[in-house]
Amino acid sequence: MTAPGVQEDVTGRPPVVERRLHPVTPLRRAWAPVAVLMGWAVHDPDGAQRQLTRLTTTTLLLGLAVLIPAAALYGFLSWWFTHFAVTDSELRVRTGLLFRRTAHIRLERIQAIDVTQPLLARVAGVAKLKLDVIGADKKDELAFLGAGEARALRAELLARAAGFAPETAHEVGEAPSQQMLRVPPGVLAVSLLLTAATWVWLLVAAVALPLLWTATHSLWTVLAAGIPMLGAAGASSVGRFVAEYDWTLGESPDGLRIDHGLLDRAHETVPPGRVQTVRLVEPLLWRRRGWVRVELDVAGSSNSLLLPVAPRAMAESVVARVLPGVTVPPSEAFSRPPRGARWCVPVWWRGHGLAVTDAVFASRHGLLRRSLSLVPHAKVQSVRLAQGPWQRAHGVADVHVDTGANGTVTARLRPAEEAAALLHAQAERSRTGRRDALPDRWMA
Amino acid sequence: METGSPHDTGTADAQGTPTPVTADVPAADAGTEPDGGTEPVWRALPPGLLTMRRLLLVVWLGLLTLATALVPGLLAGPAWGAFAVLPLALLLWGWVMLERNWRSWRYAERADDLLISRGVLWHEETVVPYGRMQLVEVTSGPVERHFGLASVQLHTAAAATDATIPGLDPDEAERLRDRLTELGEARSAGL
Repeated sequence: MTAPGVQEDVTGRPPVVERRLHPVTPLRRAWAPVAVLMGWAVHDPDGAQRQLTRLTTTTLLLGLAVLIPAAALYGFLSWWFTHFAVTDSELRVRTGLLFRRTAHIRLERIQAIDVTQPLLARVAGVAKLKLDVIGADKKDELAFLGAGEARALRAELLARAAGFAPETAHEVGEAPSQQMLRVPPGVLAVSLLLTAATWVWLLVAAVALPLLWTATHSLWTVLAAGIPMLGAAGASSVGRFVAEYDWTLGESPDGLRIDHGLLDRAHETVPPGRVQTVRLVEPLLWRRRGWVRVELDVAGSSNSLLLPVAPRAMAESVVARVLPGVTVPPSEAFSRPPRGARWCVPVWWRGHGLAVTDAVFASRHGLLRRSLSLVPHAKVQSVRLAQGPWQRAHGVADVHVDTGANGTVTARLRPAEEAAALLHAQAERSRTGRRDALPDRWMA
Repeated sequence: METGSPHDTGTADAQGTPTPVTADVPAADAGTEPDGGTEPVWRALPPGLLTMRRLLLVVWLGLLTLATALVPGLLAGPAWGAFAVLPLALLLWGWVMLERNWRSWRYAERADDLLISRGVLWHEETVVPYGRMQLVEVTSGPVERHFGLASVQLHTAAAATDATIPGLDPDEAERLRDRLTELGEARSAGL
C-alpha cells in the first residue's frame, strides 16, 4: 500500500514508492530455534538425552511438519509486512503484522550511516543498512538489502541529507572518497600483541587453572573456569584483529568513511560536523613506538573507534581533519592540578591535565595508559562543576562537560577559583562556538 | 514537549520577580564578556519544599521511632525500647540537614544560560545554555500538588545533564517553562 504524505500531494511530487527488503531476509532468523535447542541441550545434557530417547519417528516428523511451515510462514509474513520508503525529508520504515510500527527518521538528523555485511550476508550478497539517529532502535535497521541496493540507498540518503534537490538526489550517486589512512595488518597485529588485556587473561589462566586442578581434580571445573578466560584473551586479541583488519579511513564530501573487518565487513559514513568527542588513547606498551588509538563519539552510533592504531603525528593530522580547525594541544600546553590535589587522588593526580584552546576543551588523565579527550566547544551541551567536602578542604573541584553523544569529559582536580571561572567561560564558549559550525545539511 | 501558552509571564513579573535581562536576539549580545557582563541574579526556592520534606521526614521517621520503641519494648522489656533514640536522633539531624540543603538550592536566569547551584557538602553547579535545551518538563506528584509545588526539569541532548529545579510555585514553574521554551526556540542550536 502506498500512502503518499501530505507534502507530496501539496507540491505535486510523485508519490512515495515503498519498497521491500531483500527476499533472503526471512532466513536471517532461521538459526534462532536451532540455537535455542542447542543451548538447552548443552545446559541440561541428561534431560535432553531422556527427551530424545522418548521421541519416536512419528512424533518427530509430526513436530517438524508443524514447526517448519509455521516458522516459514512467520518469516514470510514479517518480510511481507516490512516496507521502507525514502521521502524528501525522512526515511520511513513500516513493520509489524499484529503490532504496527512506523518509524519516521528525519534525514537532516542523521548522525551516521552504517552498511554492514556479516560473513553469511557476504556469501548471499546482501547487506544491512542502519541510520544512526538519536533514539533510533535496533528495529529500524534495514536488514537485509542487496549489496548494490544498500550502496545506492546510502548514496541517495546522504545526498538528500546533504541538501541536494530531491529531484536530483537519486542521480547524485556516491560521493568520491579519498583514502586518508590504512592500517597495515602487521602493525595491527603487533599493537594487539602489545595490549595488556590479552596477557593479563593468559597469565590469570596460567596461574588459576593449575591451582584449580590441584584443588579439585575435576576436568569439568577446570574447563568451566578456563574457557571464559581463554575466550576473553581470544576476544581481545584474535577477535579484535578480525574486526579491525584492513581498517581504512577515507574522506569524502559526505564526511568520514570507515571500512573495516576481515570476515564481517562494515562501512560507516559519518557526515561532517557529527563527531562530538575524540579521544587519543595511549596504552603503556605502545608508548615506545609512539602509537595511539583514536576513539570517537557520534550521537546514536554504537561504533566508537576511529583508528585502532596509528603513529601519533598521523593520528593528530586525522583529528585535525575530523574536527575542522582543531589542533591537538601539545603536552606542554596542559596545566596540572595544584599540589594539594595529591591528597584527593594520591599518585595519579599528576596524570590529570587540562588545556582549553579557541576550538576545543582538552582534558587528559592516566599515568600508565594515557587518555586525552577533545570536545569542540560547539558540541558542549551543558557544563557542571562538582566539589565534594574532601576536595573543598584541598581547594580543588571537578568540571564536567556533557556532550550530545551521552559522553561526559571531566577536567578533574582544578583549582577551585579556576574551576568557577572555567564553568562560566566554558558555557559562553559553548554558546558562541556554535555560530561557525556547519549546518545540519552540509551541502545546502 | 511542554510548549504551553505564555499567558502568565505578565503575572509573574507583576509579582515582583526580577527578570535580569529581557530576551534579545543572539546576534545582539555577540560582543559581551564571558560572564555576560553582570553578576547572576540568584533566586532561592520557596519555603513550601522545606515544609513538605520535613513533614515527610517526621511522618516516616516518627512511625519508625514508634515501632522501634513499642515492638522491642513490649516483647523484650521496657529497656529495649531505648533503641527508639536512634531514629529520633536521625529525625533531628535530618530536620537540620533538610534546611541546609534547601537553603543551598538556587537558580539564576542569565541572558544566555540557566544556572542551577545546589548542595552544601557535595556542591554542584550546572550551566545549561538556552540553545541546547531539547525539552522543558514541569512535573508535580500528588504530595507536591498538595503542597502547591512543581518541579521544572530541563533536558538537553546529553543525558548526563541533570538540571532539575524542585519545589517551585506552580506559577513560577510555568513562567520559567514558558520563558525557557521561548528562549530555547530563539537560540536553538541542536547537537
